[in-house]
Amino acid sequence: MTPPAPLPDPERGLYRRRRLVDMARLLPMFGVLLVLLPLLWQPAERGETATISLGSFLFTAWLGLIAAAFLLSHALGKSGGDRTGDDAQMSDADVPLSGPREGPP
Amino acid sequence: MLTFNALLLACLAYVAFLFAVAFAVERAADRRRMAWLSSPLIYTLSLSVYCTAWTFYGAVGYAARSGLEFVTIYLGPTLVFVGWWVLLRKLVRIGKAQRITSVADMVSSRYGKSRLLGALVAVLAVLATTPYIALQLQSISLSFDVFTGTGGGPRADGVETAVWVAAGLALFTILFGTRKLDANERHAGVVTAIAVEAVVKLVALLAVGVFVVWFVADGPSDIAARIDAAARPEWVIRTDRWLGLTMLSAMAIIALPRMFQVLVVENADERHLATASWAFPLYLFLMSVFVLPIAVVGLEVLPAGLNPDLFVLKLPLALGQDGLAMLAFLGGFSAATSMVIVAAIALSTMVSNQIVVPLWLARHGGTAPGDLRGLVLITRRIAIAAVLGLGYVYYRVTGGGAELAAMGLIAFVGMAQVMPAMLGGIFWRGATRRGAAAGVVTGFAVWLYALFLPSFGPDVLLSTRVMAEGPFGIGWLRPQGLFWVDSLDPLLHALFWSLALNALAFVAGSLVGAPGALERVQGVQFVNVYDLQPATRGWGQGAGEADDLLGMAQRILGTSEAQSFFRDTAAAQGKAGYLPDATPDFLERLERRLAGTVGSATAHAMIAQVVGRSFVSVEDLMAVASETAQIMEYSSQLEAKSEELARTARQLRTANDMLTKLSVQKDAFLSQISHELRTPMTSIRAFSEILKEAEGLDADTQRKYAGIIQDEAIRLTRLLDDLLDLSVLENGQVQLHIDDGNLGRLIDRALVSSNSIAPHRVFVIDRDHAAENIDIVTDTGRLAQVIINVLSNARKYCDAANPRIDIRVRLRDDDMIEVDFADNGSGIPRKSRALIFEKFARLTDQAQAGGAGLGLAICREIMVNLGGSIDYVPGQAGAVFRLTFPRVLTPRSDSRPGADAAQAGAEGNLSSTPDAAE
Repeated sequence: MTPPAPLPDPERGLYRRRRLVDMARLLPMFGVLLVLLPLLWQPAERGETATISLGSFLFTAWLGLIAAAFLLSHALGKSGGDRTGDDAQMSDADVPLSGPREGPP
Repeated sequence: MLTFNALLLACLAYVAFLFAVAFAVERAADRRRMAWLSSPLIYTLSLSVYCTAWTFYGAVGYAARSGLEFVTIYLGPTLVFVGWWVLLRKLVRIGKAQRITSVADMVSSRYGKSRLLGALVAVLAVLATTPYIALQLQSISLSFDVFTGTGGGPRADGVETAVWVAAGLALFTILFGTRKLDANERHAGVVTAIAVEAVVKLVALLAVGVFVVWFVADGPSDIAARIDAAARPEWVIRTDRWLGLTMLSAMAIIALPRMFQVLVVENADERHLATASWAFPLYLFLMSVFVLPIAVVGLEVLPAGLNPDLFVLKLPLALGQDGLAMLAFLGGFSAATSMVIVAAIALSTMVSNQIVVPLWLARHGGTAPGDLRGLVLITRRIAIAAVLGLGYVYYRVTGGGAELAAMGLIAFVGMAQVMPAMLGGIFWRGATRRGAAAGVVTGFAVWLYALFLPSFGPDVLLSTRVMAEGPFGIGWLRPQGLFWVDSLDPLLHALFWSLALNALAFVAGSLVGAPGALERVQGVQFVNVYDLQPATRGWGQGAGEADDLLGMAQRILGTSEAQSFFRDTAAAQGKAGYLPDATPDFLERLERRLAGTVGSATAHAMIAQVVGRSFVSVEDLMAVASETAQIMEYSSQLEAKSEELARTARQLRTANDMLTKLSVQKDAFLSQISHELRTPMTSIRAFSEILKEAEGLDADTQRKYAGIIQDEAIRLTRLLDDLLDLSVLENGQVQLHIDDGNLGRLIDRALVSSNSIAPHRVFVIDRDHAAENIDIVTDTGRLAQVIINVLSNARKYCDAANPRIDIRVRLRDDDMIEVDFADNGSGIPRKSRALIFEKFARLTDQAQAGGAGLGLAICREIMVNLGGSIDYVPGQAGAVFRLTFPRVLTPRSDSRPGADAAQAGAEGNLSSTPDAAE
């Protein structure tokens, strides 16, 4: 999704940062998907162990996750500066406080 | 061939090297801060305590038995780290905000600082970690046996090896793990040793891997062919185990005591997590990548029936690579020892903070005398030895026969029981203490019954009959077939039922009951940790307790640390001296400071004992009750504003108090000075009139009267001198004569000079000549004047039967010197302390004192002019005066003579007024 109109510079930085935070939140879910994928292939039903193909898939996916985490942590570090307090506020302003983090009262 | 002796020698040399590294780092860290110690790299490497001997030896064995399944143990943590933004960041933030010292402390703190929950989790942690420590001991014994079996040296008994290893580890941990009392402080030596071991084990495993892939086999494609050839039917991925183990390891990376220790407690900077989010998964990846090749080649090359847990060692040995085998041995040794060290530190902190200290306080009460620090330290040391002892006992009882991976997984499932309470605690405000306790107890019980007790083997703790038919023949209560679920293997069965029942009890317990006020406040602080920057207050405004609080804090934090904390707080409040107002904010900060040493539950209880109450303020209730973002934001803005207003009001009040006080002081000063001048004047006038008018006085009487006139005139002159001195000092017009001197010699001189006061009293003087031997550059004459005055006061007022004066000198890091003069008298009553530095302040009647009461006022002005201060240190046995001054006094610039000093003098005056207002 792109913003409807070009935003002034600081606003755009903020906007990019929020999307980065979204990515950081989604990355582990994507990782879970990758890790669980081998279960869906069900090689056992065909009577194969398929250790090699499964193993190369897993280790490649693993490296991919590491690379993604590397890029993301650098991007977050660059956009957020050094003040951790700020990025917390910024990222959480993005999510309504009554959202999923709250739970039932 | 490697002999046993060569092995032992290498092992000892390696251990000595680790000791040396830890020792050198501790010494260096004591002297100055070492920047590289708190780098993200060291943090990531210290996280590698996750990879224990289980990874190093067990993973290969696991791969040989079950194929790819071993990676689940590393994929779970990878997912947690890659998703650091969601969970780990929050954990670390909370850990810092609340000064959490362990997993048990975290759970206890979240649920209203509950002592019961803390103790419960601590017991669970000790029990769950026992098999894990046994695993490490077993792996070290096994690896020793490999060499003694093949080498020609004397055969060592495996059991004996384990004893020596356990004892050595206990020693190391006690030496370097209990040096700092504050569990929040980083253990620099241990962390560095762990980082070194992390590198050694990685290099060792990679070396064996490279050797196997490129030297034994012909590169990756050959390995792939061999893997295909070696594949067995058991290697097929089983959905239930794949899911269960990935989830289990993801929970373990947070809940295991040692992981929580390095992840949260020893974290120096939240930003290090960002680096660890990719670097730690990379470490795990590198540790795993060669596991399957080593396993496959091991299965091919080594004789069948060999314990596959030892392939990493046996493979290089069988192929004649002694050097590589030695490296592998040291790698495994590193993996095992680093885990045991960190686990022992984490567990000992838990045992002392959550079990022993609360029990001790419950028995003796918070007001019992004695230094609590000693108790805490000794408890931690004993706990370390006990934890290692328990691990050894488990190892002996189970006979060391189990697979490494199976033993590790038992520990994982045990600690996973903390997760519902912990995750629920940081994401769900509705979680309550009752729910958490119910969940942990349920999960703990199921784990004990279904996994831990059976792990000792049949007929050791649970009879074969119970295992097969259930207790009293009740089939659906069989430890490994609860509720007729037989399809899962024992581990998954225990994992499933313990976590399911745990979560159920947790949610049900939370939904049924209502949380207490403190619990709700803590709940908000945990769940909304990012929003609520300023601390929510749990303490009411109190007054007059700061003295008792200081006494208590000294017993826990140590005298000088507690004093400097109190002094800094007082300074921040705009007060001089050591006793700040017991504001809610101060109590909150003190509680967190204490929590770093004794845990949050104990710290809370101790402060409650002194302050006597803890209530929840309106702001807290607002924060708890508010359900919408607007109110949250509004309230935090209000809080910031009201804080600012309160600060301004306090400043105004202080200023107003001060002005009133100054006006009163001025009047009092004038009337005092008239009085002081009038008394001698009256007698001079009377006697001179007699001399002038009375006839026929004999020569003796004349001389006597003239003598009285002279004495009174001298007294008058002295008084005027003092006043002049004081006024010069206060206006900063004093000329300082800065010269070199030696503090010890200065004190010698002062002692001699002050001996003329009350010469009939014999004082025992206790000095530390070595510490006093400091060269100083200051106005030594003025300094000596102050010391003489303080010593004379001690001689005059110390009311002990066997009077003594202790003189203690300390050179602080900032090149300031602190000199304490402590006598063993009854000290100065609390209400008078604020007055003693005022002009004409005399605590006793004039006859006894014999001075005008200007001495300490002059001392204070001199010390201000010397760039230091004189303070009364409360909370000690007798009267203690502390002089603080720079070792080298740099002269003020003379461009604006008087201006700075006048201000300094004025500050000296002002700073004492709030004290006086008490």
